[in-house]
Amino acid sequence: MITLSEIVEQMGLEVRTPSADLSKAVTGGYASDLLSCVIAGAKQGNIWVTLQGHPNIVAVASLLELSAIVVTEDAAIDPQTLERAAGESVVVLSSPQSTWAVVAALAALGVSASE
Amino acid sequence: MEFTKVQELVYELKIADVMAKEVITISPEIPMREVKEIMRINRISGAPIVQDHKLVGIISIEDIIKALESGTMDVPVSEKMTTDVITVFADESVVQAVNMFSRHNFGRFPVVDRGGALVGLITAGDITRGLLKAIELDYHEEEISKYRASHIFEDIPSDRTTLVLRYGIKAGDFTQGGEASSCVKQALMRLGVAPKIVRRAAIATYEAEMNIIIHSTDGGYLIADIWPESIRLRAIDSGPGIPDVEQALQPGYSTAPAWIRELGFGAGMGLVNIKYCADEMTLNSELGKGTNLEAIIYLRPNTESATG
Repeated sequence: MITLSEIVEQMGLEVRTPSADLSKAVTGGYASDLLSCVIAGAKQGNIWVTLQGHPNIVAVASLLELSAIVVTEDAAIDPQTLERAAGESVVVLSSPQSTWAVVAALAALGVSASE
Repeated sequence: MEFTKVQELVYELKIADVMAKEVITISPEIPMREVKEIMRINRISGAPIVQDHKLVGIISIEDIIKALESGTMDVPVSEKMTTDVITVFADESVVQAVNMFSRHNFGRFPVVDRGGALVGLITAGDITRGLLKAIELDYHEEEISKYRASHIFEDIPSDRTTLVLRYGIKAGDFTQGGEASSCVKQALMRLGVAPKIVRRAAIATYEAEMNIIIHSTDGGYLIADIWPESIRLRAIDSGPGIPDVEQALQPGYSTAPAWIRELGFGAGMGLVNIKYCADEMTLNSELGKGTNLEAIIYLRPNTESATG
């Protein structure tokens, strides 16, 4: 299974949570901007790709024990989001690319749809 | 896909974590006769040959025996060693070593770093010991924190003991959204509840919490009533009330205003998610009075919900 550090390196993602543990394995991927859909569909260890940058994304990631959140299109990330993320050991990454491009790149690296 | 604890550890542990770091090595110019003595004194059956910190070959007892038989014990070991050494990298996971042992018939593999320098030696025994140690530490930590918390149900004498957690939820308080469900999740983990059940309870609690935050006029309460055989979640508010409960339960139906939907809420899946996660759910509401959501999650399979 690919790890976050390999993904970050290969895709040139920006790590927004400095104390992040990037050795986590990524079990699959999920993309949606609707939080309840993520809750229903994403699995533990998945990487979540979204445009949302508000603090509740951390709650969702923590609840589901996702490996990381990738915020796309350089969308604004609340400072509170990063604060909360640091407190709950949630990894927040960002990319200037669109959600589509990020998902395609992850798929090319072998990250499949969450099982 | 589910992994057992051992499988998880096999992937997590690196070869560097379990290998033997004190390796007896031999220089290539040492004669076979001396190699034999080194092996005898140290009671080893093989040794890597190292030159300038780089692994150049490997010698085994078999090679010594062949040299004895052919009377070539005075030649340097470099002439008798196997140069095609199969190695593993120190930063690889233990899985790689496990695969190597099943593929080849060797008792040990030299461990090298990415520069080719010898850093250790790994045997099947090292893997077993490493795993046992890691499992023990993990198990120990879990046991200690679980033990303290689940005492509540076993050691305190009563006809029935339950643990009730109560949280006040403020309307519109998005910054605190998820706090209560995070606390419930942690409490359940400390009580030693199975991870799958913790996840379902945490999701149900989160959705109920967010519903109060998003829809209530004046906030409400979240109550997690933990019984030995089930968790009873209750989300209570004092308004505005749901005009049509059946409609509210339909997937995709939401009354969330536009600004809330822009945040990714209001997908109309909250109640659906709760229903999916809980074993029982009831939703009662009266316009102008408030809403009362109850969800029960069994802690043991096929149990009727606790009564009394």
